[in-house]
This record gives sequence, C-alpha cells and structure tokens, in this order.
Amino acid sequence: MESPLLQIKDLHKSYGSLEVLKGIDFSVSKGEKVAVIGPSGSGKSTCLRCVNFLEKPSRGHIILDGERVGVKPGSDRLMSDAELAPQRAQMGMVFQLFYLWPHLTVLENVSIGLRKVQGVPSNEASEIAMDMLEKVHLGNKANTFPGLLSGGQQQRVAIARALAQRPKLLLFDEPTSALDPELVGEVLNVIQELADEGRTMLLVTHEINFARDIADRVIFMDGGVVVEEGPARELITNPQAERTRVFLSKIEK
Amino acid sequence: MLDKIQHILIALLGGISVTISVTLGALIIAVLLGLLLGVVRSFTKWKLLRFTIDVYVELFRNIPALAILFIIYFGLGSVGLRLGSVTAAILGLGLIGGAVLCDVFRAGFSALHSGQREAAIAIGMTPYQTIRLILAPQAIRIALPPLGNYAIQLLKDTSIASAIAAPEIMFFARTLVTSTFETTLIYICAAGIYLLLSLPLFRAIQSIEKRFGVGR
Ligand SMILES: Nc1ncnc2c1ncn2[C@@H]1O[C@H](COP(=O)(O)OP(=O)(O)OP(=O)(O)O)[C@@H](O)[C@H]1O
Ligand SMILES: [Mg+2]
Repeated sequence: MESPLLQIKDLHKSYGSLEVLKGIDFSVSKGEKVAVIGPSGSGKSTCLRCVNFLEKPSRGHIILDGERVGVKPGSDRLMSDAELAPQRAQMGMVFQLFYLWPHLTVLENVSIGLRKVQGVPSNEASEIAMDMLEKVHLGNKANTFPGLLSGGQQQRVAIARALAQRPKLLLFDEPTSALDPELVGEVLNVIQELADEGRTMLLVTHEINFARDIADRVIFMDGGVVVEEGPARELITNPQAERTRVFLSKIEK
Repeated sequence: MLDKIQHILIALLGGISVTISVTLGALIIAVLLGLLLGVVRSFTKWKLLRFTIDVYVELFRNIPALAILFIIYFGLGSVGLRLGSVTAAILGLGLIGGAVLCDVFRAGFSALHSGQREAAIAIGMTPYQTIRLILAPQAIRIALPPLGNYAIQLLKDTSIASAIAAPEIMFFARTLVTSTFETTLIYICAAGIYLLLSLPLFRAIQSIEKRFGVGR
C-alpha cells in the first residue's frame, strides 16, 4: 500500500506552560480531502501551522511525501527558515485573513512565487498566474491592487497564489470565517472545484455542512487531541463520542 | 538697498553647491545606513548585534551634531586621519542620519502584520527574499513621510558644517558679516536661500510619496 502523502505523528505543541496540542496523530492520503473541525481554542490552527512549520512543534513528526518536514535528515537538528523554504513551497496555505501583499498587483501576488521561488521565467510565470486567476474566476482583476477587492475576491486571489505553487497539499485555515455571509459562497465554490479536481486538502473549517459535503474524512479535535475521526458523512450525521455530539448540536441551529 | 541685497546674494551663492552636496551626500549615507541598520535590528537573532545597533543609535542621536562634527574633523585629524571639511560634514551628518533613519525604518517594519511575513515564507520564500520582496517595500512606504521630514531637517542642519569651515551658505554668510556688518540683512538673505532650496526638496519628496504611496 502506498504511504500517505502527509503523516502527523505524536504532534505536541506548548506555548510556555500551556500545552495546546497533546499528541495529534493522523494522515492524509494523496487526493484525499480531510476536514478538521472543533471548538474555538481546541488547537486546529496550531496543528495546521505546525504542518508547514509556521509554528515549531514541541515534539512529534510531520512527514510529507516520505520526507520529514523541518528536521535535517540524519539528525535531530531543526531546520532554519532558509532551509525550510523548499519544503514549505510544496504546501500551499490559505489563511483566514488572506494576507495578500498590498504593494503588489493581484497578478504579481500570484506570479511572484513562480518567478522568485520556482525560477519560472517572467512571461511564463505571468501566463501561469493568469491561468490560476481564471481558475478562481478573477482573470479580470489581474492588474488591480488587492486593497480594492472584496474579502471574497481577496481570498480567491490567495487561493490562486497557493495554487501557483503547484503544491502537493493545500492547507486551509478557516478560509471563510472572516467573510461577510454573502461572500462565503463564492469561496466555498472555488474550494469545491479544487476538490473535484482531485487535489489533496487539509481544511480547518466551521462550515460543518461544507465539511460534510466536500471532505472524505472529518477529524474532530477538542482540547488539543483528536477526539474522533471518520468518514465525513458518518461522523457528522452520527457522531460516536459525546463531545462530538455536544459540539455538533451547538453548531447546527 | 536692492543693490546691497544683490551683492549679498551673489556672495552667498558660492555656498549653495556645498550645501546641496552635503545634504545629498549625508542623505545617501543616512538612507543606506539607516535601512541596513533598520533591517538588521528588526530581523537578526543575535542579541549582541541588536545591542550594538541600539548603542550606536542612542549615541548618535543623543550627542549634539556639532560635537560629532568636531570629533570627526579635529579628533580624527589629530590621529592622522585628516578629512576635508565637506567630507567630514557629509560623514558626520550621514552617521547621525543613519541612527535617526534606523528607527524610522524599524518602525516601518514593525507596523507590518505578521501575516505578511507568514504568507511569504509559506509559499517558500527564504527569509532574505521575504524581506527584500515583501517586507522592505512596504516598510519603506510607511517610512516615506518621516523620511521626507528628515531630509528637510537635514538641509537645515547642514548649516552647522560652517563650524568646521565647510564653505556652505552659512559659512559665507558669517564671513560676509565680519567684513560688512550687515548682519540682519545677510542672515535674512541666507534664510531665504534655505527656504528656496527646501521647496524643490519638498516637491521631490511629495512626488515620491504620491508615486509609491498608492496600492496600500
Ligand atoms: N502564539 C501563541 N502564544 C500563546 N498561545 C497561543 C498562541 N497561538 C495560539 N495560542 C493558544 O493556543 C490555543 C489553541 O489555539 P488555536 O488558534 O490553535 O485554536 P483554534 O482551534 O484554531 O481556534 P479557533 O477556532 O478560534 O481558530 C488557544 O488557547 C490559543 O490561545
Ligand atoms: Mg483557528
């Protein structure tokens, strides 16, 4: 059997004396869509940020495509940010607050990584970036600055930026929870389209119905541990653990 | 009267080129040094380096500019490193400006949301690329208004270079005073020249701000 694309093993993270992640284990296979749900403060974002080492785990392993992330091979020494760059380039990340670069045009936001990280020649980079913008239905905004876009449009540009990395894995951290309700749909539609393309995704979300529809598997986290995981529809319609049931009943109203 | 003014102005004109040279020379040193110090101070992990920069900044901001010019001009001269008065003025004011602008650029960097950096390293940029392509362009934009104020201040501060006999506007004014005793008129003329010089500088700063201030 092929080994999973992403493996998270015994992941711990503490801030000072506050232990936020208390041993997380799960994996994501190639092409699989995994949603992480759970109450606020349960450590979902921290877990996601540990995957690409925006946070340094206190303990545990992150393995992407057979390669240990953030740790020098053959030793226990942590990599520097410069050493981490090629590994991070393999994972696209979409943040809750978009974090587009305001001094660059929409097209440049998407193409800069192609040019500077992947070494694609300028013309070709712009073409690929344009394709990515078309994919998120924003080809017509290429030459605007991000500050002039709505939140939903900004988040779609951020998704295009992540796609331009040609990543093995897409990480989403609550991509719609900073958006006005009427803008949520356009972003979810784009994510749905990416899912239909067979991309591998790890998605933290509060949109339970979306998680149920889009994900193959759902992971319910609470208090820094995985309480329950299972096929999306099953877990959400028929949760086994009491804590999952309580959480879902609070959300669905 | 007009005759007198004309005579004074012509005498003072000889100082304009030195005033401009000292201003531009010191500005270039100050911007480059300030940016370098500001970047290093903002991003280095080495405590000792941060501490050293802090000491530099405090020293150069808290010692009177005149004392620094004297130390560079006479002090270095006495140990055999004799600089010309204009060079000494450019160097002294540039070093002071580096300290001032270090803080200005640092404030620019710290005004940026941490997400700007995170998004950059998340797509695989190295720390150096992140600073050069993403953070510095934004921090510099934020720094432009205080940088403009500094440039105007610098133009005025070049007048202290007259104390080490750099032949700039105030130097000529003082020389002229001792020979003609038209004290008030001479200094008013000098003031007028500074004002006239600051106008194009102000314009230039404004157009730079307009050009690069957009898109935020
Ligand atoms: N940099 C930090 N320093 C200290 N504590 C932190 C830091 N980041 C997160 N925490 C704490 O870690 C815990 C988990 O945070 P995290 O953001 O991972 O939760 P979450 O499940 O994503 O919540 P939400 O649904 O609100 O986004 C919280 O108690 C939070 O206060
Ligand atoms: Mg979160």
